[in-house]
Amino acid sequence: MTLLNTFLLLAVALAVPGVVNRIRARLAGRRGIRFLQHLYDLRLHLRKGAVYSSTTTALFRTAPSVYLGAALVAALMIPVGDLEPLLSFEGDLVCMAYTLALGRFALILAAMDTGSAFEGMGASREALYGALVEPALMLAGGTLALMTGCTSLARIFDPAAMPGAQFVIVLLLTAYVLVKIVFTESGRVPIDDPRTHLELTMIHEVMCLDYCGVDLAMIKAAGWFKTAIFSLLAADTLAAAFCPRWWAAAPLAVLLTGVSVGVVESTQARNKLVRNTTFILTVAALAALAFFTAYLLQLNIGLA
Amino acid sequence: MNWYITDNTAPAVALDKIPEASYADFYNDLAAKLADARCHVAHYFALPLGDRLRFFCLLLDDAAGQVLLASHAMGYYDQTALPSLTALHPALHPFERDIAERYGVRFDGMPWPKPLRFPADRRDRSSTMDNYPFYSMKGGSLHEVNVGPIHAGIIEPGAFRFICNGEQVLHLEIALGYQHRGIERLLGQTGNLLRQMCLAEAVAGDSAVAHATAFAEAVEKLTGHQRPAQLERERTVALELERMAMQIADTGALSMDVGYQLGQVACEALRTMTINTTQAWCGNRFGKGLIRPHGTDHPLTPEKARMIRTNVGEIARRYDEVRRDLKSSPSLLARFEQCGIVPREEMQRIGGVGQAARASGLARDIRTTHPWASFAKCLHHRSIVKQQGDVMARLMVRCREVLQSAGYIDRLLELYEQKYAAGPTPCPAPSYAEKAAPSSLSFGLVEGWRGETCHVLVTDAEGRIAEARIKDPSLHNWMALALAVRSEGISDFPICNKSFNLSYCGHDL
Repeated sequence: MTLLNTFLLLAVALAVPGVVNRIRARLAGRRGIRFLQHLYDLRLHLRKGAVYSSTTTALFRTAPSVYLGAALVAALMIPVGDLEPLLSFEGDLVCMAYTLALGRFALILAAMDTGSAFEGMGASREALYGALVEPALMLAGGTLALMTGCTSLARIFDPAAMPGAQFVIVLLLTAYVLVKIVFTESGRVPIDDPRTHLELTMIHEVMCLDYCGVDLAMIKAAGWFKTAIFSLLAADTLAAAFCPRWWAAAPLAVLLTGVSVGVVESTQARNKLVRNTTFILTVAALAALAFFTAYLLQLNIGLA
Repeated sequence: MNWYITDNTAPAVALDKIPEASYADFYNDLAAKLADARCHVAHYFALPLGDRLRFFCLLLDDAAGQVLLASHAMGYYDQTALPSLTALHPALHPFERDIAERYGVRFDGMPWPKPLRFPADRRDRSSTMDNYPFYSMKGGSLHEVNVGPIHAGIIEPGAFRFICNGEQVLHLEIALGYQHRGIERLLGQTGNLLRQMCLAEAVAGDSAVAHATAFAEAVEKLTGHQRPAQLERERTVALELERMAMQIADTGALSMDVGYQLGQVACEALRTMTINTTQAWCGNRFGKGLIRPHGTDHPLTPEKARMIRTNVGEIARRYDEVRRDLKSSPSLLARFEQCGIVPREEMQRIGGVGQAARASGLARDIRTTHPWASFAKCLHHRSIVKQQGDVMARLMVRCREVLQSAGYIDRLLELYEQKYAAGPTPCPAPSYAEKAAPSSLSFGLVEGWRGETCHVLVTDAEGRIAEARIKDPSLHNWMALALAVRSEGISDFPICNKSFNLSYCGHDL
């Protein structure tokens, strides 16, 4: 079961970029690139050598490994539906969030290490939005923990632990919040635009401008795993409301992120950068709403 | 002070007919004239004539539709500093900087004495791109961001230096000159009119037709040769096709920069359709080879006219859908509105021209104020003017100009079909050997898609083109971009930049 869980996690991580690309291409009236083009690109990066700026230190070279490592460790804590993940312990919910934060921290330091004005700007933006999205994530996680009384993701999404039908609305809201967090954390429109060539507007991409070859491949792969982590959390939450099984959660994760990101990226413009703050805080506010609704339901207060 | 009064359709002027004033008179009179918003300087340049340096000024009176010419002169080796007009009217800064850079003329009180385009024959050879005197500010919370000269997109080189407080831009300085090819010098050196024509087309690749038309106008004014009205109409069709193509391309580029994929792909497809129409007409997507002096190598045929009419109608219909979509998308409005505002007063002070000026409420449009060829005869152009001066206004001016141009093309081709559906077209083949008036000055003034394009030609005693002075509208509008991003977020610079879409090589020549 753990093996299947890890396999599904990997499959989701690799499928989401393909689905996003396919949907964007279809909406633009194009045939689109190969479904697994991102894997060919990864192979290309892996074959390339690396050039390092002379102003950078060991920090810069370590960061991609830390970033990828953090994403992988965090991913191993994510259950797919009712399956058991490889790593599971009480409090892994919080551990997962801060393992990811560690990776982000390493990348921010590396970006500042280059001394480039662009990367400094990117680092400051990434730090700001990372800090803003944290309350939303913790509140969403808190809601799940509150409803089930567990702090381990595997036990939260255990079908037996799931509370009654009155919590469906809370689960839906939390899933919505988690989908919005996918947009933020994987740097998608309307927060960030992964396709842009304009350094001045980038958030995540600009921090990776000085990386190439294997380092860039690691950062890209880490990005897929981060997207998969939050997609699976959102899908698990949604599945928990209806059908808390792995065969429902895994395809749901791919479709939920793939379709929503693909459609939003085709039909909507990016936010003005200052508006991102409002966007993320709105998500946090929704998470708070879900949390307090869950709390009230937990207390079983008669509202009438 | 005397000015020689002419207009945009009159023939060339003999150099000795242009009144020569003392600099003091010229300074006072030009300063007074420029205080009136209806006047602006189309060109101001210096020419070495013998042992003298003669300065010519083309002043456009938009209200009267007149072009005023005046000059002043000084000894070539005269070291006297002239009081700077830029100090009073910043619009003159590129002209004075150019004169100072080329001939070492000193302008007293010049507020921005910086090199303009680093020509190879500049007076001060120690002034290089590497030691460009960037403006700087001191402050613990300020940081400088340098973008370029090599950019991430497939665009031309130019250095942008931002001084920012966090995400907010306090100041942007644009240093250009990387694209300098010495076009003006090449134009003066070769006596071959066909080669000169090709050079004129290459001033700015995206305005090939506008520059070629301006050059052909200037040449035809020198020879005084009458041309058939149909030739003028065909040139206007080419010019308006270019306008459509570029405005559509920029709509797509703006959509791309805000990550709006649907607008981007729709406009890219329409732009391709437009330039392919030009290609089907003359064999070149940018209309190179289409405009030639005294005639054309690619006269319209009834089939081609029908093809262009059908395509343009289809493009206009589909583009109108895109336009409505852009106007009604909240996420796009949130990006474009209230972003990169250049108020009318600022636009006027820096001498903004073209569609960028019109988006700021400054109705500068050669087609309206100084009509030439078809615009003087059968088309009565009414400029599209917006007051807001933000990115949205510039985009909307573009959108409406596309539809307007499509209407003009349709009308001109309808005229063609009525007149020449059966018979042969009356456009002669180009002629490169016509005798030009000696010792004269002529100018071609054309409203390209980016704005006022001005070519001034001066002939020597044998009637050869000895000197050429070219002005692309970008020369003025780069300053408007610098002003537009002040106090904006630095991440909004790309859309401000794209909303102007200025030419690097048009500026650098």
